[in-house]
Amino acid sequence: MSDVESALLSAVRLVFTLDRDLAEIIGLSMRVSLSAVAVAALIGVPLGGALALLRFPGRKTVIVLLNAFMGLPPVVVGLAVYLMLSRLGPMGVFGLLYSPAAMIIAQSVLVTPIVAALSRQVFVDFWSEYEDQLRSLGAGRGRAILTLAWDARSSLVPPVLAGFGRATAEVGAVMIVGGNIDHVTRVMTTTIALETSKGNLAMAMGLGIVLVLLSLAVNASVFIASEAAAKSGR
Amino acid sequence: MGRSDQYPSVLQTVPGPGDFRGPRMVPGILPLEVRRVSLDMGSRRLLDDLNFTVKSGSFTIILGPNGAGKSLTLRLCHGLLRPTVGEVLWRGIAAREVPKHQTMVFQRPMMLRRSVTANIEYGLRLQGMGRRQRRERIAEVLKLAGLEALAGRAARSLSIGEQQRVAIARAWALRPQVLFLDEPAANLDPSATRAIEGVLRAVHNSGTKIVMSTHDLPQAKRLADEILFLHRGRLLEQSSADTFFDNPVTTEAQAFVEGELLW
Ligand SMILES: Nc1ncnc2c1ncn2[C@@H]1O[C@H](COP(=O)(O)OP(=O)(O)O)[C@@H](O)[C@H]1O
Ligand SMILES: [Mg+2]
Repeated sequence: MSDVESALLSAVRLVFTLDRDLAEIIGLSMRVSLSAVAVAALIGVPLGGALALLRFPGRKTVIVLLNAFMGLPPVVVGLAVYLMLSRLGPMGVFGLLYSPAAMIIAQSVLVTPIVAALSRQVFVDFWSEYEDQLRSLGAGRGRAILTLAWDARSSLVPPVLAGFGRATAEVGAVMIVGGNIDHVTRVMTTTIALETSKGNLAMAMGLGIVLVLLSLAVNASVFIASEAAAKSGR
Repeated sequence: MGRSDQYPSVLQTVPGPGDFRGPRMVPGILPLEVRRVSLDMGSRRLLDDLNFTVKSGSFTIILGPNGAGKSLTLRLCHGLLRPTVGEVLWRGIAAREVPKHQTMVFQRPMMLRRSVTANIEYGLRLQGMGRRQRRERIAEVLKLAGLEALAGRAARSLSIGEQQRVAIARAWALRPQVLFLDEPAANLDPSATRAIEGVLRAVHNSGTKIVMSTHDLPQAKRLADEILFLHRGRLLEQSSADTFFDNPVTTEAQAFVEGELLW
């Protein structure tokens, strides 16, 4: 049996016996990424609605920037957040660097543009259908955004899941602001990078398996949510 | 009211006059005056120098072939479109965006992704109506539109004819003084059309002013007291239904009344 094969075997064993260290890392990953996505959804969905329905100066610039920011390199986001949180930075007093909070901030910054840009498109589509009727009934724009958010809820799931997928998959941002500290800021992606370089393939591959399963689950959910959205759109 | 009143099933449920009027305190918003209104989009003049007045009491039908400008005229009156030239006055006052006490039902009913009841409730909530009053109002209009059995259904799962009745109920629940309807029975089969017309008679009998567009001559004959005849963006005739159908003045209206194809 080759090294890789035996590593794969122990990786599978780690996953299915729910190894303590592995579970801790997965747990932190989920906590960080779910929190980041929650923040991104709370900011990104209303922002997408506002960009779709409101007319204000600078609106087009914001849209262009958001679309550009969808593809921001995670390391650049990590660096920017690092500079903000470092002791000399504007938010240095809070001492957040190398904590899960810093990682949540970095991933929120990374993912909010994705959620906002994708949900803006959902709002645009729904608004073209709803505009006449809602204006006719006397709904103001703020009210209309709330109405669309509710009626488009199943169509807004894929944008949020896309954000979640991106958050769980990135390494650069959490590595820089989290520091990959054992038992403190070690998440799946950073651990894979570290353990691979140390030659501990079993742990790396175990986490790799979990990440792939997670990615499959997210994509399956997107598919199911889109189907549900299409159905409710009859 | 139109010439024939053979819709007993819905008429039986019609309340006495006054039951469905707006609160007495609200001053009347009619007459509606459309003064020298033209509408351009791009370089095209879609509506050309429209002049007419809509008064309370009669069932008014905007009649004309497809593309005549009926939908645009209704949207202008309702307040969703601004004229390029001219003005729309409610009781002598220039209209703001979608003035109160008048509502519109669109050609394609737009159902919120909610139940029938929630669709009707939505408009009432926007008016800030309290929960108990909403309940009562919803029950009233469901009954009038013959929708009681469908109250809990997802609005989008209904047939188009049923959705159109929900749209009418939703608009009517607001107790408008004026109700605009854009071809509410286009593409419906005879029984669905009949159901819609029954509801419209009930609305009319309740004292709400109806201004409705149609390209369907027999339907106009069944319902109209007054006809506005539109053709290629121009208002060619405004007259009582009897005068219009018996003695149309313009050659276009004559051709239309005789059933010739016009466009
Ligand atoms: N948004 C628009 N832009 C350009 N042309 C339009 C627009 N809306 C309607 N039209 C044109 O205006 C004319 C009248 O339209 P409409 O009022 O919908 O007619 P009707 O309801 O009588 O069938 C048609 O020729 C139509 O193509
Ligand atoms: Mg039309």
